[in-house]
Amino acid sequence: MKPMIPALLLLAVGSVQAAPIAMEDQSQLKVPGVQAAPQFVPPAESELPDNAFGKMVREGHALFVDTRRLMPEAVGNGMNCSNCHLDQGRLAHSAPMWGAYPMYPAYRKKNDKVNTYAERIQGCFQFSMNGKPPAADSPQMTALATYAYWLSTKAPTGVEIAGRGYPEVPQPKDGYDFKRGQQVYREQCAICHGDSGEGQKVAGEYVMPPLWGKDSYNWGAGMHRINTAASFIKYNMPLGKPGSLSDQQAWDVAAWINRHERPQDPRLVEGSIEKTRVKFHANDGVNLYGQKIDGVLIGEGTGS
Amino acid sequence: MTPLRRVVIGSLLILAWPMAHAADGQKIFTQGGANPAAMACLGCHGPDGKGIAAAGFPRLAGLPAGYLSKQLHDWRNGSRKQPVMEPLAKALSEDEIKAVSIYLASLPADPVGDLRRQQIADDPTTRMALYGDWSRQIPGCVQCHGPGGGGVGEHFPPLAGQPASYLIAQLNAWRDGNRSNDPNQLMVGVAKAMTDDEIKAVAEFFARPVSQEVKP
Repeated sequence: MKPMIPALLLLAVGSVQAAPIAMEDQSQLKVPGVQAAPQFVPPAESELPDNAFGKMVREGHALFVDTRRLMPEAVGNGMNCSNCHLDQGRLAHSAPMWGAYPMYPAYRKKNDKVNTYAERIQGCFQFSMNGKPPAADSPQMTALATYAYWLSTKAPTGVEIAGRGYPEVPQPKDGYDFKRGQQVYREQCAICHGDSGEGQKVAGEYVMPPLWGKDSYNWGAGMHRINTAASFIKYNMPLGKPGSLSDQQAWDVAAWINRHERPQDPRLVEGSIEKTRVKFHANDGVNLYGQKIDGVLIGEGTGS
Repeated sequence: MTPLRRVVIGSLLILAWPMAHAADGQKIFTQGGANPAAMACLGCHGPDGKGIAAAGFPRLAGLPAGYLSKQLHDWRNGSRKQPVMEPLAKALSEDEIKAVSIYLASLPADPVGDLRRQQIADDPTTRMALYGDWSRQIPGCVQCHGPGGGGVGEHFPPLAGQPASYLIAQLNAWRDGNRSNDPNQLMVGVAKAMTDDEIKAVAEFFARPVSQEVKP
C-alpha cells in the first residue's frame, strides 16, 4: 500500500500543475526497435466475410483512406488517416492499426487518463486532423474501430508487437540543422509536398498532404514533435524509398518541417502560447512550440 | 484611312498578336518545327494529340507543359532514349520546345475515371493500382499519379488514356536503363520491383477507357 500514496499525491498534483507524471504512458512505451523484424501479417481483403461485420470493415476502411472527403464535419484540414498510417493502416513501422488497437485501453500522458481506443482515435481527429472528433458511439467511430479490430485479427492484446508505431531514431549527437533540413526538403520532399509544404491537389482534393500551413496537422499533433516526425520520415519517406535518408537527414528535415506554422494547439491555455508550452509541450519529446527561432516565436498558429 | 479605322486595325493587331504567338505551338504540332528534322507531332500522336493506341504512340494532349518540356530536354541529354524522338527533340529550338509543350498541354483530353480509394480492392490488379504492394516497397500508382491515374502536377504525368503498350514500354525502359529521367529515381525502384505480368495488367488497367470502368 505504501508506494501507492506518493503516486496518488503525484496524481493529485498533476491535475493542478500537470507537470509530474505519476504513471508511465502505456500507449507510448518504447517502440520495439527495427532489429525486431515484424512478423505479424494482417488479414487479406479476400478473407473478409460477406456479412454485416464485413460491411462495417469496408466502411471503416473507406473512412480510413478517404477521411477528409467522407467526414468533412470531423476533419478540419487536408489530412486522412492513411497519410500517417501508410498502406491503409497495414504497414509495419508506419504505426499500423494492428499494432495500436490491441494496446487499448491504455493510460496516456497526453490527457492523463485511461483512454479507450475510441478516445485515442478522437485524439487523431482533434490534433492530426485539426477537427471535431466523432462521438465515441457514432457510426463512423464504430466503423473505424471495426476496421482496426479486423486488421488486428489474431494479434495478441497488450503486447508490444514488432512493427508497431514508428521506430525511434536516436537524436544525432550534434542535434539538427534547419539549413541542412531545408536542403533535404528541396531535394527529396518538395516534388510531392510542394516548395512551401502546401501539398498537391487534384480537382480540389489533396493527393499529397500538406506538411505545414492551415491544412496540415496542428501544434498538438504527435507529428509536431521533431523526434516523431524523424521516425516517421526515416521509415516511410520518400514514399516507396523508406530508409533512404540517414538519421541525420531525417532529423534535419523533420526540424525544418516542424519549425513552420500550422493550426494552433486546440488546448491553448488562456490564449497564452507560453502557458500552453509549459503545460503541454515542455515535456513532450523534442519540439519547437513556444520557442524563438531567429527571433520569431513559433506556435502562433495559422489559418483556421 | 480614318483615324478611327486606324485605331480599330491597331487594336485588332494587338489582339491578334498573342494568338499568332500561340500558333507557333500549333504549327509545330501540325507542320513541324523550323528544322525539317523536327517533324509534326500529329503524324504519330494523332490529329487530336490523344495518341495512336494501336501503334503504342502516347497521348500528349493535356499533359503538363513542364513534363512535356522536360521529356524533350531529356531526349536531348540522353536520360531518356527513343530512336525517333531523340533526333526530333534535338531539331527543336528552345522556343519551339516551350511553345509546343504549352500548346499540347492546352489540348483537351478524355475525362479521367474518378476511381477513388474507398473500395477495398479485391483483385490483385486493382490493389496494385490503388494501394501497391508494400512488401516490395511499391506504392499504389494513384498515390502519385492521382485519382484515376489522371496525373498530379508537373512531375506525375497521367497514366489514364495512355496506350497499354506505351506504359509497358516505359516501365521496361526504367528496368533496363533506357529511361533514367525520373525525378529522385522514384520510378526505377517501382518498375524493378514489379513482375512482367503485373506491368502488363496494370498498364491495361489504366489504358482501359473510362466507360468500361464504370459498372452499375
